[in-house]
Amino acid sequence: MKDGLSVILKKYGKDKSQLVSILQDIQAEYNYLPREALEKLSKKMDIPQSQVYSMATFFRAFSLNKRGKHIVNVCLGTACHVRGGELILESLERQLGVGRGQTTPDLKFTLESVNCMGCCATGPVVKIGEEYFGHMTNDKVEPMLKKYRE
Amino acid sequence: MSSKLKTARALALLQQKLEKDGRADRPRVSVCNGTACRPYGSNPVAEAFVTELEKKGLSGQVEFKVTGCHGFCERGPIAILEPGNLFYQRVRVGDVAEIIEKTVLKKEVIERLLFKDAGTAKPVSAQEDLPFYRNQRRIVLGNNTRIDPTSIEDYIAIGGYSALAKSLTELNPEQIIEIVKQSGLRGRGGGGFPTGAKWDTCRKAPGDIKYVIVNADEGDPGAYANEGLLTGNPHSVLEGLIIGAFAIGSHQGYIYVRNEYPLALKNMTIAMEQAEALGLLGKNILGSGFDLTVRINRGGGAFVCGESTALMASLEGKPGEPRAKYTHTVERGLWDRPSDLNNVETWANIPLIINNGAEWFSKIGVAGNSGTKIFSLTGKVNNTGLVEVPMGIKLREIIFDIGGGIRGGKKFKAVQTGGPSGGCLPESLLDSPVDFDSLTKAGSMMGSGGMIVLDEDNCMVDTARYFLNFLEEESCGKCVPCREGVKRMRQILDGITEGKGQESDIQLLKDLSEHLQDSALCALGGSAPNPVLTTLRYFHDEYEAHIKNKKCPAGICKALIKFSIIDEKCPGCGMCVKTCPSDAITFMGKKKPVILDQAKCIKCRTCYDICKMGAVRVE
Repeated sequence: MKDGLSVILKKYGKDKSQLVSILQDIQAEYNYLPREALEKLSKKMDIPQSQVYSMATFFRAFSLNKRGKHIVNVCLGTACHVRGGELILESLERQLGVGRGQTTPDLKFTLESVNCMGCCATGPVVKIGEEYFGHMTNDKVEPMLKKYRE
Repeated sequence: MSSKLKTARALALLQQKLEKDGRADRPRVSVCNGTACRPYGSNPVAEAFVTELEKKGLSGQVEFKVTGCHGFCERGPIAILEPGNLFYQRVRVGDVAEIIEKTVLKKEVIERLLFKDAGTAKPVSAQEDLPFYRNQRRIVLGNNTRIDPTSIEDYIAIGGYSALAKSLTELNPEQIIEIVKQSGLRGRGGGGFPTGAKWDTCRKAPGDIKYVIVNADEGDPGAYANEGLLTGNPHSVLEGLIIGAFAIGSHQGYIYVRNEYPLALKNMTIAMEQAEALGLLGKNILGSGFDLTVRINRGGGAFVCGESTALMASLEGKPGEPRAKYTHTVERGLWDRPSDLNNVETWANIPLIINNGAEWFSKIGVAGNSGTKIFSLTGKVNNTGLVEVPMGIKLREIIFDIGGGIRGGKKFKAVQTGGPSGGCLPESLLDSPVDFDSLTKAGSMMGSGGMIVLDEDNCMVDTARYFLNFLEEESCGKCVPCREGVKRMRQILDGITEGKGQESDIQLLKDLSEHLQDSALCALGGSAPNPVLTTLRYFHDEYEAHIKNKKCPAGICKALIKFSIIDEKCPGCGMCVKTCPSDAITFMGKKKPVILDQAKCIKCRTCYDICKMGAVRVE
């Protein structure tokens, strides 16, 4: 854990204004915000732990819990909602057996939702890792998940 | 890459050289690889062009560009070919070799890849003749098709950074502010505050250190206009920012970008590095003695951070909570210093105004609302995408002429503008002009440019509930009216959509809305009731149907609807049986209608969507 974190902390020095970006980088490195990393961040940057925790819990992009290998992000922006985005989320909840914000016990999938990812014209949209799936329907959900299940 | 440009003249010479190089009589292909084209597979298409051109030894003879968003997202992936400004839609990897073989080499048009006019069914070949583009005025977005967003040379070749050079050498800060004032430009982020006046106050505010900020935290769910601009033409935003900083007297800028926009982040980062390498950003810009440092900050997915004081709190490393604006941020903003914050689109308009003059700009649009506005036209229209129109255009023109009307021959019900702070407007208002003041008068607002079209299958009570649900999740929690008020309103709407509504609920919703408007701390809380108030005002009958008759006319609210099979239409194909997740449908043999068990049905709508015979009924 040490190395990746040290590189991130070094990159930003003591610039407290970059706290959100730093947390984003830590999350990108470990897939979530590990407690030890936040403690170290607090010490190195001289920011009280309470403030780091406050930031980590204020923004919805951050997770304090371990997340799965594949992050399944369902868009619930308005354009996706009017085309049935919520039904896609429910379908994913059924197929993965977890609710929104939860991770499958085998740590393969974490199901999350986002309020717009900037490709509204192709809604409803689901993103798995870096891959986008547009014009989603319920019957496309299982075939979409298949290749990630292996 | 050339070395630093030390004078405005050096930039002009480079521009001439690049323009000349680009003008060489070569065929040109530009493929859209914006975020919205990616789900369609635009990346592999772009790669296929590169491979295929190399294979045929044409790399030097054909100018190939991967660009940002072309706007007509519905028809992606899109390729534009020169000469002729030929518009190819829904291009697949398998089409690429043929395009090069026939169109690039022999100038033959491949008809199957052309857009076909819905009315006449005639194929249209040139981009400018497409109904989608014909009625637009793409002064800000138009350049997206001409440049590779990761190439500063492309931007300079089309005259990029010449407005900056002009500002630094021919104008003084007061003159720049006067031009922006005269142009009538108003903030594109939603509020519509006059940009020139904002700059002026910030310039005159006491203090040596001032900040300029790009608000690229486009948090409105269902709007991606800023995304299209940031990914497709990041230099235009940066150029506007540098000019603004010079006018205001700021030497430190920030660009606050949503983390959900990875491509925007990437392209803007590249743009800044390139501008710095050419001496267009950093110390002694173009030898003028003016310095500006700009940094990118990433957001954390909080809607409230689109509010200026919340965004600034987040830039200070604090949670993004707004503060009361007794003192405006242009006087005391980031770290209590004068700070000017403008939206992405506002900044991108600046170079155009400087180059073409205030008069040119003020002539576009209507009095009091000059220029164009970019909208993300989405929802139930045929032609979804990013559209740029002159202010004052009618809603009907956007939705029916540019948007091509409603999908699947359904009936128009409402158009939602302004996101969670805006409202839903009915058919009777389709002829109202689209500008800051008219939309506000109708109970909605311009917002950052979301325009979501709803048809007869959308429930207006559900739509209001959706926005309140969103706002409840996104409320920062600092002030009680928003934290508690929005929650209570959402609970009331939940009740109505679940068939537990009472007639007194409507008055209660109105009362709560009024309190929220009067007492919320920030504009987002104050405008939170708009989706409820507009739906109550224009779609009162739908509320009545839910409350009195316990019915959802659109067939959306689960507790009030029932799915059933229309026996006469069901061919017994069994498609629905296979896809039903709760085994509620039983196969009864070929050509015999299936049977749906109401007790097992979870109302997921899968059967309704999959049945091609229209044999599933919602009531």
